Amino acid sequence: MPTGSMITKLTHLLSTLDIPADWVGLRATREASTHRSARDGMPETNGTSSTSGVMVEVLVQGQIGYAATNLLSAQSVRAAAEAAYQHAIAAKDWAIHPTPLSARPPVVGQYHSPRVKPFDVLSPGEINDVLINICHTLKRSDAIVQTTATAITTETESWFVSSNGSEVYQNFLRIGTDYAATAQAGAIVQRRSNNGFLAHCYQGGMEYFITPHLWDRVQQVGEQAVELLSAEECPTETTTLVLSPDQMLLQIHESIGHPLELDRILGDERNYAGGSFVKLQDFGTLVYGSPLMNITFDPTVSGELASYGFDDTGAPATREYLIQNGVLQRGLGSLESQGRSGVAGVACTRAASWNRPPIDRMANLNLEPGDCSFNDLIGSIDRGVYMEANRSWSIDDQRHKFQFSCEYAKLIENGKLGKTLRNPNYRGITPQFWSSLAAVGDRSTWQMYGTPFCGKGEPNQCIWVGHGSPVARFANVEVFGGGA
Amino acid sequence: MTTVELGALEQSFNTVVEQLRSGLNPGEHFTLTLTSEQSQFTRFNHARVRQTGTVCDGILRLKLMHDQRSSYQDFPFTGEVDIDRQEAQQVLYALRQEVAQLPENPYLILPSGRETSRELHSGKLLATERVPSTILPAVADLDFTGIYSAGLVIRGYADSMGQKHWFATDTYSLDYSLFTDQGQAVKGTIAGSEWDQSAYTAKIEQSREQLNRLTKAAKPMQRGQYRTYLAPAAVAELVAMLSWGGVSEASYRQGGSCFAALRRGEKKLSPKFHLKENFTQGLVPRFNELGEVAPAELPLIVAGELVTLLISSKTAKEYSLNANGATHDEGLRSPELAIGDLPSDRILAELDTGLYVSNLHYLNWSDRPTGRITGMTRYACFWVENGEVVAPIENLRFDDSLYQFWGENLVALTNVQEFIPDVGTYEHRNLGGVWVPGMIVDNLTYTL
Repeated sequence: MPTGSMITKLTHLLSTLDIPADWVGLRATREASTHRSARDGMPETNGTSSTSGVMVEVLVQGQIGYAATNLLSAQSVRAAAEAAYQHAIAAKDWAIHPTPLSARPPVVGQYHSPRVKPFDVLSPGEINDVLINICHTLKRSDAIVQTTATAITTETESWFVSSNGSEVYQNFLRIGTDYAATAQAGAIVQRRSNNGFLAHCYQGGMEYFITPHLWDRVQQVGEQAVELLSAEECPTETTTLVLSPDQMLLQIHESIGHPLELDRILGDERNYAGGSFVKLQDFGTLVYGSPLMNITFDPTVSGELASYGFDDTGAPATREYLIQNGVLQRGLGSLESQGRSGVAGVACTRAASWNRPPIDRMANLNLEPGDCSFNDLIGSIDRGVYMEANRSWSIDDQRHKFQFSCEYAKLIENGKLGKTLRNPNYRGITPQFWSSLAAVGDRSTWQMYGTPFCGKGEPNQCIWVGHGSPVARFANVEVFGGGA
Repeated sequence: MTTVELGALEQSFNTVVEQLRSGLNPGEHFTLTLTSEQSQFTRFNHARVRQTGTVCDGILRLKLMHDQRSSYQDFPFTGEVDIDRQEAQQVLYALRQEVAQLPENPYLILPSGRETSRELHSGKLLATERVPSTILPAVADLDFTGIYSAGLVIRGYADSMGQKHWFATDTYSLDYSLFTDQGQAVKGTIAGSEWDQSAYTAKIEQSREQLNRLTKAAKPMQRGQYRTYLAPAAVAELVAMLSWGGVSEASYRQGGSCFAALRRGEKKLSPKFHLKENFTQGLVPRFNELGEVAPAELPLIVAGELVTLLISSKTAKEYSLNANGATHDEGLRSPELAIGDLPSDRILAELDTGLYVSNLHYLNWSDRPTGRITGMTRYACFWVENGEVVAPIENLRFDDSLYQFWGENLVALTNVQEFIPDVGTYEHRNLGGVWVPGMIVDNLTYTL
């Protein structure tokens, strides 16, 4: 349905609702995604998922009720609005905080993902051919026992209209690719992927699938999987740790993003995802990390996975510093959370789909570059470990004590990258870890990645986020290897 | 949902099935799966309502197979016959165009069974508008947070061979936490198909008593090895890890299973350790995405010995094995860990001195081939001395191998199980859960 037609339809539906609400919003979503994968040179998955529906939000006496339906008929939407109204009425005397109308600002606008090559530039058969060839190219030796290759494309359209005049249309094109090789020699098993599982997630088209250096990189991934079989275990010691951008993705996500979500700090998530070691009074004063630490919420980066023009309540999205020169400035919180907490936030109220209510989420959360070249950053290290690509992640419910592992590492000795290490792990405590940030790479080392797997919320929601980072160096970190 | 409304959904599903069967070309096969729900979600924080609403959703997955090629498409199931039938027809046409372009899959499995089933489990759930006023008065003086999820859940299946399964159940779950002012917390979950106010009140009183034990200042613990009691909810988290690079035969064959060392005979598990799939409770459908029905019970590990892993028909074809009713992803659907002989009232005495861990959080493999798992303690966890609870503890990170805590370090399992319901709601409300006892292990390694 053309953009204007859907807006017109929703506006008409809105005008036919007969409920005594203070505000009503209709957010319709239509999403089509394709998932294609190959394993060991054979097709593994070929599928398309289409979902569509409308979320009706109703504000009554400070309480929002919602109802979502996948049937976009007048009768169904009216029934949903009535159900949402009844929810609001039933809960209004138990509301945790009166939601003001200002939490749903009137806004008109559009957003479109950047795109160079449309998804249909390759046929399903051609995409399968590429994936199968990736599998064949990954298999650099008989020691490789599994090869996989995946391409996922998604087009999402959302339309938002409200009784106070909002009309927002957003069109997102997202693509995620992944390939990996698993090598085995007896009891030793090592898996190497292209910067971590589905780390290559972007907004855009097929230009992110057939990239200029694709085949060189595929070969390298296969060779490194085999290389890891004979590599030394990561040593157990406290040392200098250098993280590449594909691991910083995870480090930023888990130890900065989640603890700064205002709904976690307000306690909404304590029964599931957890709370936060950050307190409301910390904003503006807490020294979160070293002065080299500058973290932005930036939905304006072209091609980064979670760029957008408006969040799912219609709030216009802008670039903001969350942490500047190491000091905590603002949280990841919606207008609702900002009203509840009195803390400055950002436009980050997002829903995983039409069938979930919007909550505080990360979007693009980036570590801004410093002024250190890669060679300078490594060159000043007598001994340390350089790690690439996330393999495992675990952190406590206050986002305090973490343990992460990577796929691939190098020992740093006398200012140079040396021998390869396998099973690299490290652990730490969030504030101490970020306070030990000793050097930040310059723009030439900055890379952006994304993940479609950020989970939180009750009911649960899995959403896409982007993270860009330069290479970063941390002092005095516990590293260790594998083994029982 | 009324019987009439539920009947309309089934009728729409049946109509789609009949249309697809009659519209197939020679040589074509299909499977059709349905995931549908009509759910209420009411979320609480600080004993108030945070968010409340309803979701009506349904997804059909049509998989078309022809000439050793296949593709699927997910599309909305609305329960409106004309809409669903028209959508299914368009999807079938689109799949036909796509499948012809795809490469052959030598391990494609066609539906082949003759199974049919129909299970309806009606419930007695709280009226939507009564949820806040029924749940919140009992906890008004507590820092109560959590979610009430309830309503109809449907799983359906049909294929071109005439198989058909229909599973519909009314269920609810209330998954909650109570917090002290110092941030210590107690976890509670009740679930079922009929709301029982007296059971709810009793459960809250039990949680309230547990909360009172958390009022002492938390004891910071040094990293090291501690004798540990893991309560059933904590054990359930460990069992859940086995669906991720554990019990899958394909995962084993492709280098991804923690049980490879067990199968090769390089590692052992305790003779006290027994794991099986047990569908006899009827909480989840036994049919998979090919309409195959799993055995009512399937022992996987008996007395520490690996009997079988979960084998899907695709894996069976690829590696010349016999399938055992597993789903495509070869994960656990209705797992049960066998009881031991430790009476519940002897847990603290048997633990003697060590840690009482009620829940674990955010588990992940730290080294899968060696079975090493890391994660955090969560909720009511205590330091115990000489069989007496001394104080709650600050959260600790553990990092240890299942070949240790389910191997030589497994001291005892309790002689009763608890059902830990699966309250997950990613994309849709999950069904079922896990039956597990508590367990005492020696020298569990804590690292941070």
